[in-house]
Amino acid sequence: MTTYLLRRLLGAIPLVLGIATIVFFVVNLAPGDPTQLLIAPGMRPEVVEQMRANFGLDQPVHIRYLKWLGALVQGDFGYSFSHSRPVASVIASVLPNTLLLSAAALGVAFLVGILLGIVQAVRQYSLLDSALSVVALFFYSMPSFWLALMLILVFALYARNYWDWPIWFPASGPSSVDYDFLSLTGKVRDRAYHMALPVASLSLVLAAGIARYMRGSMLEVVRQDYVRTARAKGLSEGAVVFKHALRNALIPVITLLGLYLPVLFSGTVFIETVFAWPGMGKTIVDAIGTRDYPLVMAVSFIFAAMVVVGNLVADVLYAVVDPRIRYE
Amino acid sequence: MSELEGQGALPLPAEGPPVVPAAAVPPRRQRGGPVLSALLPGLPQVLAGRWGAGGTALGVWAGLLWTAAEGWERVVRSPWAGTDDRVALATLVVGLLGAWLWSMEDVRRPVDVTFVGIGQWALAARAFSRNRLAVAGAMAILAFYLVALLTPFLAPYDPAAQGDLITERLVGPLAAHPLGTDHFARDVLSRLLYGARVSLSIGFIAVGISVTIGTLLGAVSGFLGGAWDSVVMRFVDMVISFPRLVLLITIIALFEPSIFLIITVLGLTQWPGTTRIVRGEVLSLREREFIQAARAMGFSRGRIVLRHLVPNTLAPVIVAATLGIGNTIVLEAGLSFLGLGVQPPTASWGTMVADGRNHLIDAWWVATFPGLAIVLTVLSFNLVGDGLRDALDPRLRT
Repeated sequence: MTTYLLRRLLGAIPLVLGIATIVFFVVNLAPGDPTQLLIAPGMRPEVVEQMRANFGLDQPVHIRYLKWLGALVQGDFGYSFSHSRPVASVIASVLPNTLLLSAAALGVAFLVGILLGIVQAVRQYSLLDSALSVVALFFYSMPSFWLALMLILVFALYARNYWDWPIWFPASGPSSVDYDFLSLTGKVRDRAYHMALPVASLSLVLAAGIARYMRGSMLEVVRQDYVRTARAKGLSEGAVVFKHALRNALIPVITLLGLYLPVLFSGTVFIETVFAWPGMGKTIVDAIGTRDYPLVMAVSFIFAAMVVVGNLVADVLYAVVDPRIRYE
Repeated sequence: MSELEGQGALPLPAEGPPVVPAAAVPPRRQRGGPVLSALLPGLPQVLAGRWGAGGTALGVWAGLLWTAAEGWERVVRSPWAGTDDRVALATLVVGLLGAWLWSMEDVRRPVDVTFVGIGQWALAARAFSRNRLAVAGAMAILAFYLVALLTPFLAPYDPAAQGDLITERLVGPLAAHPLGTDHFARDVLSRLLYGARVSLSIGFIAVGISVTIGTLLGAVSGFLGGAWDSVVMRFVDMVISFPRLVLLITIIALFEPSIFLIITVLGLTQWPGTTRIVRGEVLSLREREFIQAARAMGFSRGRIVLRHLVPNTLAPVIVAATLGIGNTIVLEAGLSFLGLGVQPPTASWGTMVADGRNHLIDAWWVATFPGLAIVLTVLSFNLVGDGLRDALDPRLRT
């Protein structure tokens, strides 16, 4: 097991370095240059040259690549032009927000998806099963940004302004204006209210996919002999489903963790933009608008690296949970 | 051959080749003759219970006739005004002729039992046609594409024409504007129809590019193996690790956004998935006897890959491509939503949702309808993709 873990970790290193290389060349071989945004019409060419030199843009691409990679390995992401502070500090301030949002969404998505999948599999071919399948496919086909807008429309705008619902959710931001003056429980409450809609729009789309997969996995397990044995020896239906069938049906669902991470992170870009959530997704969209190369490179690199790590975790979990997997 | 003839005893039964039991190939039921078919193509087939094929023909026939009647003034007024009108007119003629000729041909074919074994594609087609949801999805997709092509005859207004900004701005769904107007007093329905062409064509072309690259690269990698394979597959691993949207916005934002750039970039970032699938298939196929036979016969490697390996990997590729079109439509809408896709004033579903975002509270219809259009389109593609997966996998066939 330890050697398996070690081997996987070592295998991930070239992958991460390759990702860094792709990021660098995609960004640096494109036309355009961050200084163009800073240049005023009347500037003298020497000043522009000086600015380019200050940013290190006067050197050939391969030198810049080696320098950037060398710094990256030491954890130095460079200097953000638009925020006027080191990229690392920008990321340190936004990464926790994205992690909070993604973790919550992933948790809700797996919980809802697995539960729905179980219900569908247990009641296979019933009206409930077909209805849930159609609903799941409907959500599965939905762009998350549109779902987010619809949730805002209903649960934030109309619920509050037209329908006078007793409960409505804030439409944007990570916390209220008076957040700092709230008590601890008040802070938690406030955060939860602000997270409700973004998490819902991120997780519903994922949950639909998970439910589809879970249903199939559960149906396969329910047909196995040991489930029949469990039923034959007179166990209650609940014990059969949750103790005998569910545990085995969950194993293939772990692979979804790795598969859905890129989808989840793509979703956060939209959701953070729609909800003005100060996370990585919103940061990269803003950074692209200002042609802030170092920040764009760092954020897309970290997103990809998180996917690699997520896949690694999923694979290791899979090996831990399923003793039939050989890890030579 | 001559040797066999000399022996005079080919191992064939005296009564001829073995006959497939009639039960395996149900006879084609038919009701109503050519007369009914000439009036309403598709109706005889629907009456005979073949509602998928018949319903499609009938729907196309009725829909196109209605379009022709509705848009007749425009057809007569400016038949050759622009490329759009020409394409629309051609679609009208081809669609009507196609539905009519198909139905006549189908009705005239003799109703009898086929005594020939059928191939895997025919088996798959039959399995597919039994899946009601998938057939409905396929019909919906056909309808979407026809509507997109016929837009000049259907759209009530010019998609870019602004109405009166004082009286017609953000007007709710009413008779004059069935889906309301946006903040520039443009008709949402017309923009929706014109936007369909952008979304549907981008999805189709981008997936075409990615499937071509992915299949060829995957087949070559799997067949050659060795260093080439390792390099390609490691590259695939890296590209797949990116959240695709992040990669897309990074590339697109650094260039000037245009429809061609988006198609290219969407096409060039999607192939790794296909490559993985095809390579996996090829790895198992290349050890099979028919490939060994092809090698023994001295076929060139190109021929083996293109004529023997690629056709045998098509089933999973078709499924992935169908699901991929839906996925690509969502991505394109997302890019346009972020302002990195199709640029205004060209209507696209993503930009329309973005327009509606700022007027959610006073005009819910601006963002809602284009989003619904996206959902319905993608849903249809997913239904068809699921149906194809079930139909093309013999293990799932009942």
